[in-house]
Amino acid sequence: MKQQAFETLHQEAWDAFETLLRRLETPAGEAPSSLADMPAQYRLVCHHLALARERGYSAGLVDRLNGLALRGHQRLYGIRQGALRGALRFFVAFPRLARKRWRAMALAALVFYGPATALTFGAKSNPEVAYLVEDPVSLASMESMYQSDTKKFGRSGESDTDVAMFGFYIWNNVRINFQVFASGLIAGLGSLVFLFWNGVHGGAVAGYLTHQGLGRNFWSFVATHSALELTSLVIAGGAGLLLGWSLLFPGRRSRRQALILAAKEGLILVMGSALMDVGAAGFEAFWSSSALIPVRVKFIAAAILWTLVLAYFLFVGRGRVDADA
Amino acid sequence: MIDTVRTVETPEGIALELRPAGPVARGLAWALDMGIRAAIYLAAGMGLAFFGKAGLGLLAILVFLLEWFYPVCFEVLWEGRTPGKLALGLQVLMEDGRPEGWGPAMLRSLLMFVDFLPGFYGTGLMAMLCGREGRRIGDLAAGTLVVHAPRRSAAKAALPSSARPMLPRVPLSLSEQRALAAFAERTATLTSERTQELANLLEPLTGLRGEEGVARLHAYAAGIRGERL
Repeated sequence: MKQQAFETLHQEAWDAFETLLRRLETPAGEAPSSLADMPAQYRLVCHHLALARERGYSAGLVDRLNGLALRGHQRLYGIRQGALRGALRFFVAFPRLARKRWRAMALAALVFYGPATALTFGAKSNPEVAYLVEDPVSLASMESMYQSDTKKFGRSGESDTDVAMFGFYIWNNVRINFQVFASGLIAGLGSLVFLFWNGVHGGAVAGYLTHQGLGRNFWSFVATHSALELTSLVIAGGAGLLLGWSLLFPGRRSRRQALILAAKEGLILVMGSALMDVGAAGFEAFWSSSALIPVRVKFIAAAILWTLVLAYFLFVGRGRVDADA
Repeated sequence: MIDTVRTVETPEGIALELRPAGPVARGLAWALDMGIRAAIYLAAGMGLAFFGKAGLGLLAILVFLLEWFYPVCFEVLWEGRTPGKLALGLQVLMEDGRPEGWGPAMLRSLLMFVDFLPGFYGTGLMAMLCGREGRRIGDLAAGTLVVHAPRRSAAKAALPSSARPMLPRVPLSLSEQRALAAFAERTATLTSERTQELANLLEPLTGLRGEEGVARLHAYAAGIRGERL
């Protein structure tokens, strides 16, 4: 059959399919009355595409049929998941995945808490240690943030409002989590360096302030939100390590395939950690910083939050096993 | 065809063709999106300035949301296109031709950070130039592909109408017939000098040069298409 005849014969079917596709592609548009014919129409276009290629019809026609088939393919095989169901599934999948990859999480925790603990005790007994890793100016400004006569702890300017700080914490802390994760792609090194330095800096500051006698103010400030913030940092770091690990030791898969699988898991972990960090920013801005809340209340709240976070990762999602989780 | 083409075999047993986009088109799309975001920041910054420090906090949240989630939301809810990609006719698809979901879109956005390293998207550019299909690291990890979207118009290629269908004096092979048909379809997008230059190459076949050669090739194309002789 010549191309002209072929086109005349089937033009109507192609136009009808295109009209259907247009409607399906605009979410707001009116839904087609019946989709029962769609697969059959799609298969017909596929058939025509194969014929057009085989018979050497012009590139223009082949292109057009290819475009139609591609769009049909996307409508037929694409998936859409409801938001609520997805959220619920995520709530369970997140801690489950963190447990499944506990080795990466443990390594990330070690690389972060190890130097943090060492520096805390080091700087507490000898403040000189803090000066090895921090410059005197920033240490001095840290010191002024936690004086007992300030209205808000952890801030340099008295005028910074809670909302402003909330925005800043989200922008800054979640970004750090994302970067810790993404830089794990560099053979895991990026994540390790990020974790290590955050541990070193945090530990040095904590130890130094404790030595200066500001421990009460400082620890009551960080105790609550650190349950979310530090845990989320460790998880993001662990997720980054998964990326690096998949490239270094892909096992029996190709490196790219291993990376795709690791990235899927890493994504769930890092998104969970980002959500935790948003929560941490809320506590940090509106709760931790307040000098009005008694220190005792802050420590009780901190104990409750740490218990909840740990319980979430230890127990949620145990037992029931979904094949696809 | 010398274009970069990725073929995807579907369950129907046909091969779909995807046309991966290169760094230039994608860079331009990125620049457009960046411009749009910058304009939003500027407008929001002026509006939020009235709220003092709290406004600054809100602006920080806005910047955070837009920088990380602008491509994600657009790509998932809008057929794999951001405004910049729409302007350049690009689309993000999974490598098997399906639409992009939330997960892969989020991964692409997150790993943009690695693509940016060590500065000005150096890693991403290197990755795009090293592979055949122009993927940056984020695309590789998410299993996605940025393609030139199929044209959305139902109109078939405009053909030069004046030609009276003829058949060539010698039988042509299938690929030669395709080439002639493609020539006729593309005439409208070429300058007349270029079409004549191309037609002159076929003087041994047509025995004509210049305008007449072009007209003869159109006649052949019409004949090959099967228009009434």
